[in-house]
Amino acid sequence: MPVRTVYSVCGMCPVRCPIEVDVENGECRFIQGNRQVPSIRGALCTRGAAGIPFVRDDERPQFPMLRKGERGEGRWQRVSWDEAFSYAADKIAAVRSRHGGRSILWSDIGGPFSDLRQALVRGLGSPNYFGEDSVHGVNRQHAALSLFGFSDDRLDLDLKNAREVVLQARNLFESVHIPQANDLLDGLENGGRLTVIDVRATVSSGKADRFFLIRPGTDYALNMAVIHTLLKYKLYDAAYAEKWIADLDELGRMAANFSPEVAAAETGITAAEIEALARDLSKAAPKVVWHPGWRTSRYHDSFFVCRSALIINILLGAVGAKGGLPLASRPEDVGQKGLNRFSDLFPAVTEQRADGVGWKYPAFEGGPGLLHEAFGALQSGDPYPVKACVTYQLDPLAELPDPQRLASALASLDALVCVTSAWSETAWLADVVLPLSPYLERESIIAQLDGIKPAFLLRRRCAPPRFDTRSDWEIVGGLARKLGLESLAFAAAEEIWKFQLDGTGVRLQDFDAKGIVDLTGQPQYDRLTEGFRFPTDSGKIEMVSFHWRRQGLSSLGSYASKNSPAAGTFRLTLGGCGLHSDGHTVNNPLLHKQMPENVLWMNQAAAAGLGIADGETVAVSAQDRSGRIRVRLTEFIHPEAVFMVPGFGRTLPVESRAHGRGLAANRLMAGGLDLWDPNGGGVALQEHFLTVSKL
Amino acid sequence: MSKYMIRHDPQRCISCKACEVHCQVKNRTAAGVKPGVLITVGPERLSDKVQMTSAFRPCFHCEKPWCVAVCPTGAMVKRDEDGWVHIVRALCVGCRACVGACPWKVPQWDESSGKVVKCDGCLDRVAQGLHPACVAGCTTRALSFSRPNENVRKVRMLYAKSLLVAKDAG
Repeated sequence: MPVRTVYSVCGMCPVRCPIEVDVENGECRFIQGNRQVPSIRGALCTRGAAGIPFVRDDERPQFPMLRKGERGEGRWQRVSWDEAFSYAADKIAAVRSRHGGRSILWSDIGGPFSDLRQALVRGLGSPNYFGEDSVHGVNRQHAALSLFGFSDDRLDLDLKNAREVVLQARNLFESVHIPQANDLLDGLENGGRLTVIDVRATVSSGKADRFFLIRPGTDYALNMAVIHTLLKYKLYDAAYAEKWIADLDELGRMAANFSPEVAAAETGITAAEIEALARDLSKAAPKVVWHPGWRTSRYHDSFFVCRSALIINILLGAVGAKGGLPLASRPEDVGQKGLNRFSDLFPAVTEQRADGVGWKYPAFEGGPGLLHEAFGALQSGDPYPVKACVTYQLDPLAELPDPQRLASALASLDALVCVTSAWSETAWLADVVLPLSPYLERESIIAQLDGIKPAFLLRRRCAPPRFDTRSDWEIVGGLARKLGLESLAFAAAEEIWKFQLDGTGVRLQDFDAKGIVDLTGQPQYDRLTEGFRFPTDSGKIEMVSFHWRRQGLSSLGSYASKNSPAAGTFRLTLGGCGLHSDGHTVNNPLLHKQMPENVLWMNQAAAAGLGIADGETVAVSAQDRSGRIRVRLTEFIHPEAVFMVPGFGRTLPVESRAHGRGLAANRLMAGGLDLWDPNGGGVALQEHFLTVSKL
Repeated sequence: MSKYMIRHDPQRCISCKACEVHCQVKNRTAAGVKPGVLITVGPERLSDKVQMTSAFRPCFHCEKPWCVAVCPTGAMVKRDEDGWVHIVRALCVGCRACVGACPWKVPQWDESSGKVVKCDGCLDRVAQGLHPACVAGCTTRALSFSRPNENVRKVRMLYAKSLLVAKDAG
């Protein structure tokens, strides 16, 4: 059999890199990054490489299942797809007729392939669609919204051309984003400089010209001291400020108290180092990227951390600049029509959202929403009963804090429907499991990518499904048909793509050459020109957000000093790694072998004080939660912090490899659903403290 | 040495181990069998900087390979045309003499097949004008595939360029 190359899109993590797959005899043989995409050029990370073993693995849901025993008992009945759709649709319809469409909550992985699913939620009359960013990205999204009037997805990062890059709690070279990592490495090879700010040494800090080992929880103090320095010595871009910034005076008043000396006492970084950083950034302006972050749900003040990071970029004139954070172009910005949206087939839902966004929290934006607040509503029935929940590739029990409490909230549901390609902690409790084909065995709707080079991206099916699993459009269509939403049910993927492309001037065959269609030849760097208006009240970038103020929130808060944890107690810090993507990959045959369990990083001296040796298994506890985990001692983690990679400690017997290996960080977070940043909306995953003791 | 070379650039390497997994997937090895390995050390204080450092260890395809000399069945061979050392699978009887003989411990024992597996430089891919799997998929293009002399030229050029750039910046 000849080998044929199929261009498609990776699905192992939320980055979704373009890939090319060698297929022989209906089987995927080799997979690499798309060689024709400039910042990818064949590269594909460890998780992406393990996509084929995921397909070959039998330990995933292989057919539609109805729950037989109690939730979590693991007794399943195999059914046909038609029976599964009928069962799920009947349950959803019953909830809708009794409590209204708003009583349906859809918890989704989000991203560029989600339009069809969002349309289904709209069609059902529910305002309650949630994306994964509600767990990790909402502080960053709101920080951008409060400054620019648009979300952070309208900013691109030009790491290749930047002269100074700052990664703050963004471990780009381990929690890999392939295009960004390569662009940054290219930039560094060309003389760019890197500063890393983190609570521990990482691969990223090892490549840095400057590494600040910061006291956990004090990032905002550091950022304000940088702002203080930029303003005090007039190191900012005054012409840019004049043109684009509103309320610079108020920022100045706020930053006046945050001298580098004040920050030094909090952060452990010397005043001289902070000032030197500010001066170096200023010299490189506007070719500066202070990375806005990835996992930004960390502290009570993470919204301020994100916001102050963006403010530094703004003061240096980097927002809108080549080598900085140029504005992303949408198709219409380059004279092209964007994709037709399935969501536009239905009127917007005007019901109040269960999470309070838009009414209780008027400044916050729909988009990913506040999933923790929605689950709170599920338990309390306030503002109204939420009785049906559909999860799509998101595993709330593995991602949100305090899954113990969340599981008891889920128990009150009349219907829990899980669409998933791997087993998940939440799917194990479901009434119906609708198995999604792995990404190599399914196609998706066309994705629209905004950026300096806007493009359309196509995920094609590389091989037929090994098991009785289906594509997302087939599952959405199957449910839609049973629920009387025929317009979302398509007979073939080509019909979906045709609907999306109609009128855009792009034809399906245009994807044949490389799987991606660029909408412009040259990168668009010049969006921020005369006459541009930011979608804020003033048309400028607002240092003080009117909307935040009106909601009684602070957009320019003062820094609250952080207490050090008591002896034997440590702040729990989290971060991704290159080998796993939260819980989705821990049972993957090859990735499991690479990293079968997580360990607790701990400061060597702090451990010595407790008589703990490297490699030892220790007891950890927080309030009424406890567990055991092996320690990895190093002198290069802040003594107040311990660190874990999340996603381990799986509880499902069907995952023979991952079951019981390592410790689930989120299970240690008692009360974590109520612990969130009031100004940004993100859960505060790093406001939990662990007592570590020798066994 | 073979006619080809797999070069590892620790400056670009992020110790992600994608090279190991791309190799395993392409060669369909058992999960515990790794023809190419990436060794990572750190974070440690190295030359006055806290860093992680790494080295990639596929097969060196030695000029006088001990694994070939010791193989009793002629399964381990060094190809004349390009110097790739590889196993003729049908001839391997699983005696593991090569595993013991290799000073670098490159040949891997595969329990499931009862044979030895080793890095063959993805000679099938190279024959098609492609790069070995580890190089093709490397996350950050830290691995590159070349003929030795080409590589030497490239390193020389990069070094000279960096001197010139530094001079310019100074």
